[in-house]
Amino acid sequence: MPDVISTGEAVTFWILGPIALLGALGMVFARNAVHSALFLVLTMLSLGALYMAQQAPFLGFVQIIVYTGAVMMLFLFVLMLVGRDSSDSVVEVLRGQRLAGLVFGIGFAVLLVGALGNALAGVPSTGLAANDAGSGGNVTGIGKLIFTQYLFAFELTSALLITAALGAMVLAYAQSTGRLGKIGQRATVEKRLRGEHARVSPLPGPGVFATANSVAVPALLPDGSIAPESLSAIIDATPVEEGESTPADAHALTGRTGKDELS
Amino acid sequence: MSPSNYLLLSALLFTIGAVGVLVRRNAIVVFMCIELMLNAVNLSLVTFARIHGALDGQVMAFFVMVVAAAEVVVGLAIIMSIFRTRRTASVDDANLLKY
Repeated sequence: MPDVISTGEAVTFWILGPIALLGALGMVFARNAVHSALFLVLTMLSLGALYMAQQAPFLGFVQIIVYTGAVMMLFLFVLMLVGRDSSDSVVEVLRGQRLAGLVFGIGFAVLLVGALGNALAGVPSTGLAANDAGSGGNVTGIGKLIFTQYLFAFELTSALLITAALGAMVLAYAQSTGRLGKIGQRATVEKRLRGEHARVSPLPGPGVFATANSVAVPALLPDGSIAPESLSAIIDATPVEEGESTPADAHALTGRTGKDELS
Repeated sequence: MSPSNYLLLSALLFTIGAVGVLVRRNAIVVFMCIELMLNAVNLSLVTFARIHGALDGQVMAFFVMVVAAAEVVVGLAIIMSIFRTRRTASVDDANLLKY
């Protein structure tokens, strides 16, 4: 029984195929790496739907769950760790490399599409309907194949996965590779008391004795002046003007001011 | 429409992935382009399984997915450790194996 492609599948293909192509092009040409990752997610999702349309429901769901769910989120995670703004340098190290790459790509595409289009023009499709009926469905059929004919390869993938997990742990392990090695708490205290640090106590936290606990608000000393060490180098501190600053008020935590109760 | 349209789509996706590997300089984006090429091959494997009426192609695609997952884990760990020592994720800056 030959495999007939239904109109619904053709419509699915002509909608999802261009979407997958657009996602791939967007991934290559997006300036921002996060946008690239999201475009790739789009491509992978439409490929998963195409797998389902092609009588491979198991692979379709694995594609969506494992690829777009796990692998691409891992990519996004690493992008956030590495820094979102690590965009591409515009400098070409090899002159004309981008142009050569594009020309190569166009040539490769013409070659592949031309050859495939010629060779596969009249290829009949058998379809998996008979196979699925004989083995009791797509998932059952794949399971039977994996655990009989491809059992050894399947065992090898388990070894591969364990090796990959170990390798990732070894490579990503953050060793304490300072120049002096890692300094413990006790050693830090001793160094502080020996006077090797600028001050004995830690820096004042932001918002101490202040009326807000935001990091942007500098700490106020008991006399109402600003503690200069509490100003973060990264965040612009909210300016506290001398005239405006009210003296520290014990009622500030309750939300009322002391003046109301006095009057 | 015949199933070979899927193969043409797969060829185009593979080409876009290859061009991305050649053109982009950010190591993570290069890695994503490799993933795209693997996905394109998976699509053609699924299509071959359908044309031949046997599930072996789908099993191959399944194995490709497993290997790709392992590859992503190790590759991203390598990129992380390079970034930790060099503070960059550009493939042009990692031009020495040591120091």
